[in-house]
Amino acid sequence: MTMIENNVSAGGDTIQYVTVVIGGQLFGLPISQVHDVFVPESVTRVPLSAPEVAGVLNLRGRIVTAIDMRRRLHLPPQEDGQMMAVGIEYKHESYGLVIDAVGEVLNLPGSSAESNPSNLDKRWAEISGGVHRLDGKLMVILDVARLLGTMFPEPMAAAAA
Amino acid sequence: MDDLLREFITETNESLDVVDVELVKFEQEPNNATILNNIFRLVHTIKGTCGFLGLPRLEGIAHAAETLMGKFREGVPVTPEAVSLILSSIDRIKDILGELEAAEGEEPTGDDSDLISELERMSMSAEAVVSGGEAAEPAEEPAAAADVLPEQTMERELRPGEVSLDDLERAFRETEIEVEVADGEAGAPAAADEAAAPVEVAAPAKVEAAAKPAAKKPEKEKDEPAEKKAGGSSVSNQSIRVAVDTLEHLMTMVSELVLTRNQLLEIVRRHEDSEFKVPLQRLSNVTAELQEGVMATRMQPIGNAWQKLPRIVRDLSQELEKPIELEMIGAETELDRQVLEMIKDPLTHMVRNSADHGLEMPTERREAGKQDKGTITLAAYHEGGHIIIEVRDDGKGLDVDKIKQKVIERGLATEAEIDKMSDAQIHKYIFAAGFSTAASVTSVSGRGVGMDVVRNNIELIGGTVDLRSTPGKGSSFIIKIPLTLAIVSTLIIEAAGDRFAIPQLSVVELVRVQHNSEHRIERIKDTPVLRLRNKLLPLVHMSQLLGIYEGEDIEKAIDDDNGFIVVMQVGSQTFGVVVDGVFHTEEIVVKPMSTMLRNLNMFSGNTILGDGSVIMIIDPNGVASAMASHASSAVAEQSEDEAEETGRKAHTSQSSISLLLFRAGAPEPKAVPLSLVTRLEEFEVSKIERSNGRDLVQYRGALMPLVYINDGDQHKLEGTQPMLVFSDSGRSMGLVVDEIVDIVEDNMNIEVGSERPGVLGSAVIKDRATEIIDLGYYLPQAFEDWFMRKEMDIQALTKKVLFVDDSSFFRNMLTPVLKAAGYDVTTCDSPRQALDLLEDGRKFHAVVSDIEMPEINGFEFCEAIRRDPRFRNMPVLALSAMVTPASIERGRQAGFDDYVAKFDRPGLIAALKDVFSGEMGVAA
Repeated sequence: MTMIENNVSAGGDTIQYVTVVIGGQLFGLPISQVHDVFVPESVTRVPLSAPEVAGVLNLRGRIVTAIDMRRRLHLPPQEDGQMMAVGIEYKHESYGLVIDAVGEVLNLPGSSAESNPSNLDKRWAEISGGVHRLDGKLMVILDVARLLGTMFPEPMAAAAA
Repeated sequence: MDDLLREFITETNESLDVVDVELVKFEQEPNNATILNNIFRLVHTIKGTCGFLGLPRLEGIAHAAETLMGKFREGVPVTPEAVSLILSSIDRIKDILGELEAAEGEEPTGDDSDLISELERMSMSAEAVVSGGEAAEPAEEPAAAADVLPEQTMERELRPGEVSLDDLERAFRETEIEVEVADGEAGAPAAADEAAAPVEVAAPAKVEAAAKPAAKKPEKEKDEPAEKKAGGSSVSNQSIRVAVDTLEHLMTMVSELVLTRNQLLEIVRRHEDSEFKVPLQRLSNVTAELQEGVMATRMQPIGNAWQKLPRIVRDLSQELEKPIELEMIGAETELDRQVLEMIKDPLTHMVRNSADHGLEMPTERREAGKQDKGTITLAAYHEGGHIIIEVRDDGKGLDVDKIKQKVIERGLATEAEIDKMSDAQIHKYIFAAGFSTAASVTSVSGRGVGMDVVRNNIELIGGTVDLRSTPGKGSSFIIKIPLTLAIVSTLIIEAAGDRFAIPQLSVVELVRVQHNSEHRIERIKDTPVLRLRNKLLPLVHMSQLLGIYEGEDIEKAIDDDNGFIVVMQVGSQTFGVVVDGVFHTEEIVVKPMSTMLRNLNMFSGNTILGDGSVIMIIDPNGVASAMASHASSAVAEQSEDEAEETGRKAHTSQSSISLLLFRAGAPEPKAVPLSLVTRLEEFEVSKIERSNGRDLVQYRGALMPLVYINDGDQHKLEGTQPMLVFSDSGRSMGLVVDEIVDIVEDNMNIEVGSERPGVLGSAVIKDRATEIIDLGYYLPQAFEDWFMRKEMDIQALTKKVLFVDDSSFFRNMLTPVLKAAGYDVTTCDSPRQALDLLEDGRKFHAVVSDIEMPEINGFEFCEAIRRDPRFRNMPVLALSAMVTPASIERGRQAGFDDYVAKFDRPGLIAALKDVFSGEMGVAA
């Protein structure tokens, strides 16, 4: 078995990805991590929070923290048009990744994933779990754990207090 | 871990808590057979269940402890040592249980033979005491007939035998599961036991509601009636054990239901004559009741939090050799279990404190005309949506003088400030961090981590702690906490277009501000205040606090005529928060914030409102602390603005810096950057001494060599001699000058270079040609090794630093500084030159770069360095006249490891040291 990125280590098995578009780029999220797809409505902004935090919203009675993926990826904000969000769960809490559009579900063999090109923007590389070559385009695998993990405030805050 | 074991652990923990309390009671009332029986039964059940579950360690200890207690039942006098021993066995059992739980049901290995042999020894000696008579039993007879009788018959029969207890126990287990007989210390023929066992076993097991082990034995079923009789308290039969998770989930679901109902009500309100109205009303009522009911399940008597205290006080009493009585009032007062959990530790700590610091030694008490025995009183009661808990002692009260002394010692306040304070204000200092009045550190308290932690914990749950103390009479701590954290009554307000919820608890009143009304916002300088009933209230706009003000000028936020002021009180702090609108009050169910947002201390949580939108709940404590720092930050902001302004000025007109102008040796002015001068001094010429061919003065306990601008210059012959003192790591040099002329802010363009040593060149300053002094030339004149000192460790010597700055002045000024710190410095006058050097393969250990440079600025330079993989990890420090948060952030993004102000020489050296010692400090 070839050495490949951690979250596609299922070897020869195929992995189902939900594809999403952010700023024209195709991304893939392992379907096992996607809980729902919804239209983010009445998002309450959270003052003083990190710029990537779009706010909080009520998703069927659960409070979901919405992450502005464009901002997370250092892309310019979307001019207009309908936004979409993908609901995921991380460490028993709900998050919504606000994206431009949701695509389709793809079955891709885990072994065909390639590791990040070495010249990939550092800020992208840190949240990408590899790249799939599709017909005519590339799909970047979003590594949810790394995507959200880096956004948590450092425990330094405690020391400061 | 299987369910059986889990249940066993919970149950045993509970039993042990009861045993703790009962034992302490028992020690005081050794003749109370009911208590003894109670303890005995609990321990016995533990032992029995352990055997059943195959936990030999636990069983061994429980067994040995039980044996000793058996002696008490027989009338052996109860000694404090024996009780202590049993208590420590209980502790050991608790420890093992804890490990057992952590290890998912694997009993930890370990040796308890020390404890067991001790227990056995005690049993034996007790045996010796009673061996003669079997008289003591009658006392226990009335207790529980069904329980005790069979045992007694056995005991009388068994007495003579002497078989090892463990052997016996094992033998019994093989035939029956648990046999009470074992506690009857002596071995015996099995027949009698087996006959007695069924009756025996059932009773204690059932009373404990230890359903699982008991249920396995069908024969126990028939003992039901006996059990009913024996189990005096039937409460346990009417309650069931529910996992906290289940309750929490239920609570969440009910909250959802409430929210949904609110939404429905909202909809129906818009439709007149809706047929939904009546059923919805019904739904609404049911929901409210359901909510109340579920809330009730979360309520627990505060006594649960006090359970461990009698034991703690007892141990303390022994350890400190002070007799102490613990009085508990209002143990049945109920509060939310979440709150209960949070105050457990603070309470324990306060009781410990009272016992250790509050109460005097018996002799002192006698002298003060008090009883030997000190009393600590715990009282709890409800008061308007709050619960008040009081911890009171009748000791000596707080020692104001000692606190004063400590306060001054710790530098928390000056003597003058202290003198003006009332006793109550001084008392408050015991809540300061790291404050402990205990003269010596005892094992009980006095570690200095006490009361501030207590206060923090209490404030964390929205409570307050107050303190009253009367010298000689005692002190009392009054804790006020909300009944529940789950549901909070809040005021919904609006600021900058967003809604926020403020807990009502901290809202004192609402004030409507209008231009012509009596309440009007006034300003002291730029600080808005409100005159409210003879008090001045500091004001801040909510949107300002939250950083969401959208207008042009933040100062204008408060000027609006028709705002509302929410007057809030947090602890002793009262202030006004200006908001744009006030809607209504709403009971909301607090939901914890996502971990990602939990660092925002301005919010305590969030919730879903009736209309389905999410709202952030303001944390009054966060507002209070922001308020406290607001004033200072306003000043800081201003000076920051000013700094930015000067920075901008510096940028446009190149480096404008403060220069000290002086005259020395010649009439034309000389200048040196003020930031390099440590102090300006004047000495009586008589103080100037001559030694070893040079002039010296005694300065701050050391000899300071004097240096003249020109060789052969002389100091004055009379009067005072001005000089510039330069100090660096403990060494000082005095540069003798004729006259200090001025301090000016001006550009530093060295227009004419200098060949003369000691002069960097000439610049036009204040419209006059001025010589700029090269300090690097004079310093070694004072101490030849100025640049070669011990702080120059070998490691530093080998570090090559590339210093890039377009201004020759700074290159000249800082190069000696870096060299003095022992670095091998290479200078470049432009980033381009620096990049060429790097490209050529010159090796540097770090780069120090100016930011404001023509052509390529520092940020671009750093980015260029970072692009090259060879230099990706090389430390790069930014050096700039403009140090603002924004520029620091920009620097961080560009890849700088640290960001130092241009005149901060120690800062630069420290930063270099940091990067080399591997502490890659983020720019701060």
